[in-house]
Amino acid sequence: MNEILQVAHLKKVFSRQDGPDIIAVDDVSFSLQKGEKLAIIGESGSGKTTVARMIARLLEADAGSIMLDGEDITQAKGTKLKQAYTRMQMVFQNPQDSFDPRCTLGDGISESLSNHGKSKKQAADMTKNLLALCGLGEEFAHRYPHEVSGGQCQRAAIARALAIEPELVILDEATSALDVTVQAEVLDLLNRLQQDRGIAYLFICHDIALVQDFCDRVIVMHNGRIVEEGTPDDVINNSQQAYTKKLIDSVL
Amino acid sequence: MSQAIAPTIRVQNVRQNRLQRKLYFFGALAVLLIVASFFSEYLCPYDPYMQDMSLTKAAPSAEHLLGTDRYGRDMLSRVIAGSKTSIFSTLLLVGFITVFGSLIGIICAWAGKWVDTLLMRLSDMFLAFPGLVFALAVAAVLGGGVHNAIFALAAISWPKYARLARSQTLALQSAAFMQAAQMAGSSTFKIIRKHVIPNISGPILVTAMLDIGTMMMELAGLSFLGLGAKPPIPEWGSMMSDTRNLLPTQPWVTLAPGFAIFLSVMVFNLLGDTVRDYLDPKNRR
Repeated sequence: MNEILQVAHLKKVFSRQDGPDIIAVDDVSFSLQKGEKLAIIGESGSGKTTVARMIARLLEADAGSIMLDGEDITQAKGTKLKQAYTRMQMVFQNPQDSFDPRCTLGDGISESLSNHGKSKKQAADMTKNLLALCGLGEEFAHRYPHEVSGGQCQRAAIARALAIEPELVILDEATSALDVTVQAEVLDLLNRLQQDRGIAYLFICHDIALVQDFCDRVIVMHNGRIVEEGTPDDVINNSQQAYTKKLIDSVL
Repeated sequence: MSQAIAPTIRVQNVRQNRLQRKLYFFGALAVLLIVASFFSEYLCPYDPYMQDMSLTKAAPSAEHLLGTDRYGRDMLSRVIAGSKTSIFSTLLLVGFITVFGSLIGIICAWAGKWVDTLLMRLSDMFLAFPGLVFALAVAAVLGGGVHNAIFALAAISWPKYARLARSQTLALQSAAFMQAAQMAGSSTFKIIRKHVIPNISGPILVTAMLDIGTMMMELAGLSFLGLGAKPPIPEWGSMMSDTRNLLPTQPWVTLAPGFAIFLSVMVFNLLGDTVRDYLDPKNRR
């Protein structure tokens, strides 16, 4: 089995009290190879973040199935879910919001380590190494999220996601809140980590230009459906759908 | 650049320092009150229960600084001894409703569904009654005594904390760091202990501090109405009620416990206000 993630016929409907239900995700299927970098792009409201949150089991799927390394996690709960989270991690959009304001970055990074049986000292050592891996000094372990910049905080969030050595990292607009130069640095870091560790990335993004050099494959979503799929160059140069063309034109 | 920033920082520092001094001052006063009430039996000049029929309703003098009541008991000793009942009952009450109410609120927010609905409708029921009237009814059913008065007031005051903790926890649940904690494999218990409680404790603590004064008055109120502490026990509310018909002739016996209530309520209220200002993020950094 070479697929780390298989998503089939995923569906999510948000019911509203005033007005018709919103079909956020409709019949979305795709798969992700081990070590592959796949981007899901689309405008706001296209359902890409909903897909990511369903895969991460932060949101209940209404229909469809999610297979993580051949294991069905669509309904996973408790121990099984905790097990799944050792293979799958997530980096959130707003780095400052993804760390508890009352805990240091080190606390946040070592939380998963101590939950999986590492002693305090082991966890502290590993945290130091993870910070170094992500280009941060060990003094950052003692800083609070509001004391560091967005880019530094997002590096720490990547360090946290890597702490239990997952095989799949979901990056939900992980670079959107950062400015352009920091974006490039974070992407560099992600690239380097991918080459060292063979992690698969699911990269949720609205900026097609950003994923062009970064990803192996691109999925374009519109109104909850997949409208196009292919390598970045294919999608950009020979887009079949009017929507994809619009998306590309809006960047260029 | 530095010229533009420097004055703001200095103003904020001055404000922060002043707040800190205020906090220490009122904090020290409150601690003093609590410590004094704890050691009240050693601070009383006379036995607060000792009656001296030869010296009833005496005016304040060098021997009896606050005079004596109609049984010739030294008022100063009774006021000091009363602090133990009043202050300790209040702290016990506020501590209990804070912990209990917040736990209910966190459970509601976490469990959702029917647990949430059931507990919140229950708290609506308690909130629908006018507070002190309901406490009166509870105390009347349970009978007098300090413990029953505490219980009656706890029954009407926990919903406020449950609602506060619930809304704070719900607001917190959408924060990404809660999801990150879940993905880190933390158990619900650990998430609540490590992430929820530290983040919601600020507003709850402020509410509790501001409630100390109110609760002290309500406890004294219940005692005044005869539903709190039973007579020979010195308690400020019941002391005032005991002696209220002496107000025109021997005002000191009523005013002494009244002033004690006033003073302690004021200290705790000012402390609460200062804590609130101090924890206000606008005064931070």
